[in-house]
Amino acid sequence: MNRRLLRQALPFLTLAVVLAATFYVQPRTMSYFGLNLMLQYAVPIALATVAQMFIITVNDLDLSIGPFVGLVSCVGATLMYGSPALGLLAMLALIACYGAIGALIHIRNLPSIVVTLGLSFVWLGISVMILPSPGGKAPDWLKALMAVQTPWVPFPIIAAVVIGAVVQLALMYSSWGVVARGAGGNPKALTRAGWSMLRTKVVMYMLAGLFGVLSGLALLGLTTSGDAHVADRYTLYSIAGVILGGGEFTGGRVSPMGAVVGALTLALAGSFLIFLKISPDWQIGAQGAILIIVLALRALVSYGEQKR
Amino acid sequence: MSGQAIRLDGVEKSFGAVRALAGVDLTVDAGECLGLVGHNGAGKSTLMHVLSGNLTPSAGTLSIGGRPCSGGWTAAAAQAEGVRCVFQELSLCPNLTVAENVRIVHRSLKGFGWKGRARALIRQKLDEIFPSHGIAPDDEIAGLAIGQRQMAEIARAFTVTDGKLRLVILDEPTSSLDAVTARQLLAYVKRETARGTSIILISHLLGEILSTAGRIVVMKDGKTVADRKAGDFTRNSLVAAMGSEAREHTRGAARTAGAEVMVSARPRSGGPAALEARKGEIIGLTGLAGHGQTRMLLRIYERREAQVTGRLAFIAGDRQSDGVFNLWSIGRNITTRSLATLRRGGLIDLAAEARLAGEWKDRMAIRTPDVNNNILTLSGGNQQKALFARALASDAAVILMDDPTRGVDIGTKQEVYAMIRAEAGTGRTFIWYTTEIDELTHCDRAYVFRNGAIAAALGADELTEEKVLQASFAEPAA
Repeated sequence: MNRRLLRQALPFLTLAVVLAATFYVQPRTMSYFGLNLMLQYAVPIALATVAQMFIITVNDLDLSIGPFVGLVSCVGATLMYGSPALGLLAMLALIACYGAIGALIHIRNLPSIVVTLGLSFVWLGISVMILPSPGGKAPDWLKALMAVQTPWVPFPIIAAVVIGAVVQLALMYSSWGVVARGAGGNPKALTRAGWSMLRTKVVMYMLAGLFGVLSGLALLGLTTSGDAHVADRYTLYSIAGVILGGGEFTGGRVSPMGAVVGALTLALAGSFLIFLKISPDWQIGAQGAILIIVLALRALVSYGEQKR
Repeated sequence: MSGQAIRLDGVEKSFGAVRALAGVDLTVDAGECLGLVGHNGAGKSTLMHVLSGNLTPSAGTLSIGGRPCSGGWTAAAAQAEGVRCVFQELSLCPNLTVAENVRIVHRSLKGFGWKGRARALIRQKLDEIFPSHGIAPDDEIAGLAIGQRQMAEIARAFTVTDGKLRLVILDEPTSSLDAVTARQLLAYVKRETARGTSIILISHLLGEILSTAGRIVVMKDGKTVADRKAGDFTRNSLVAAMGSEAREHTRGAARTAGAEVMVSARPRSGGPAALEARKGEIIGLTGLAGHGQTRMLLRIYERREAQVTGRLAFIAGDRQSDGVFNLWSIGRNITTRSLATLRRGGLIDLAAEARLAGEWKDRMAIRTPDVNNNILTLSGGNQQKALFARALASDAAVILMDDPTRGVDIGTKQEVYAMIRAEAGTGRTFIWYTTEIDELTHCDRAYVFRNGAIAAALGADELTEEKVLQASFAEPAA
């Protein structure tokens, strides 16, 4: 029991350690303004991580989420800027696309990794067609939303907590969330109980699409212009965030709150490495090292659990 | 309360060329406990999956509560009609808690406070069936012992929310329960049937069936062959009904007992008996499926606590997962076990490899124009022949076979049997796990496995279906 608790607390402890280290290296970050600046890009990453988590819940993996977020930012900066209604329609179409992909993967029993890897090039291609070079303009309401100054606690932190809490409630506590997680744990049992695996997968993929869209819009609100390549790193960030947050690749074991915390940790680790004056070329490697350390710790905890 | 709970008329189900159910008529009355017995492959599991809506029968009708069920009989429909199933391989989601697993089978458990209701429901049922079960509703399934998981699943099947419980099918429900909890369950079955719920009890423990069921149906080769009151059966008459008439045996004299011992091994679950195989012998492993035969073969293969003389080769029965290399040619699949002997100067001698593949293609009569074709161009039976060729072409002295003729047509089987006998004649040793009792006629001796231990060692003159069934179904000393 203690170890189970420890495993659940690990993502939060990791965040605390990285945060403490950042404060130590650069004490000026320990302020409203500092935190706001450091964490603002954590919001789109957290949303993309939640999107990835929905896919991982049903034992699949989405390698296209980064370029998808990029595409959303391009569509947002062009179509949505000109005509909000048309832009909204395009976003809904993108979400429907995700649902259709989920259905295709389930019905034809395709490996999700291959399908989404292929799709990542499709999304990127469309983005480049829309915006061959970075440009366009973010709708003003988006910019305003992402620049909100909340009293006392910086907006990114509030947003992260709200995202985490809402998804935690839906996936971990609602009766519907149980079925969704059961689909990852034992699909056969679910079918035997009369649930449709197809429907479950389509819903999960559409949720992933929805959060991918939200992530793209949030990112657009921050960058204020569209860029096809703006979120290329998000694919790996989102997977790392889910795993860092205590999720597992198979078996329907995920933690929404943990995933959001994992995304915050990754975003923070980036700033921390900059303060350490580590060149950006090494940052991906250094983030990988953090990931490996945390996973090793978790394996150690689980190993002790089994031995018991 | 009387009337029919469920009725099947002339239900058939085929998987490709295999007829799993060949016209089953079955009636289950309300409030009765029906015992269902039969040997491996008699069609019990298929029947269960049909009843629970997970398989659609190829022919026949199903009526529920006296009304014919015309629409599609799906898993969801079965749930709605109050038909529940406890499958042999557990149907719980390991990543969810006990209470959350209850929600999976009850659509009405939703909305605010559903978790509290689910907890109360399962706690009350667990307390009723298995007093002092030691399971908390918020325990994650993965953290429970196998016996507790089975208790949770059984209790879940008997929980009621909306609609009534009509029929519960229990497939080997006591396989992971200890003696005390098994007795608690059987007592509960009697109480529950008295309330009007029907129960189908499938078990290989005949004592359980005889003492609990009111009526017993015996299945064999996809049909019901006997259907009588439990009181009209005895252990022996039940075993006799499951088996068939004695067959004549066409086996040569047993090989000399003085030959060199090639393998001697003990099953992991202990027991006094050990397995011994001599040079040139064909040793059968039998008993009910999944009672430790495959594990025994693996122990020998990995030489764990097993003395083995000479090299080993393994022929897998599950071709797709353990046998063929899907992307390779037929020839490559045959020679992969022999690459060490086909080397010349550290590289593979391609000419020798092709010669070996060609030779074994002819000897096993693998039906293909070219051994360089992909292995998947072959039929299932011919793929299996390629796997035999892989083992026989190697330098192995002892060949382990894990139910290798599973799903192979009868003609191919005959060719394979002849090959095995010929190879044994040249001094090779075969250890052969088979789920088909007929195949034991090709063995010199056989070991019957039960619960991971050797329950009986049968000599050549004792290899009858009746003897094997007797040993497989024997009761634990109690």
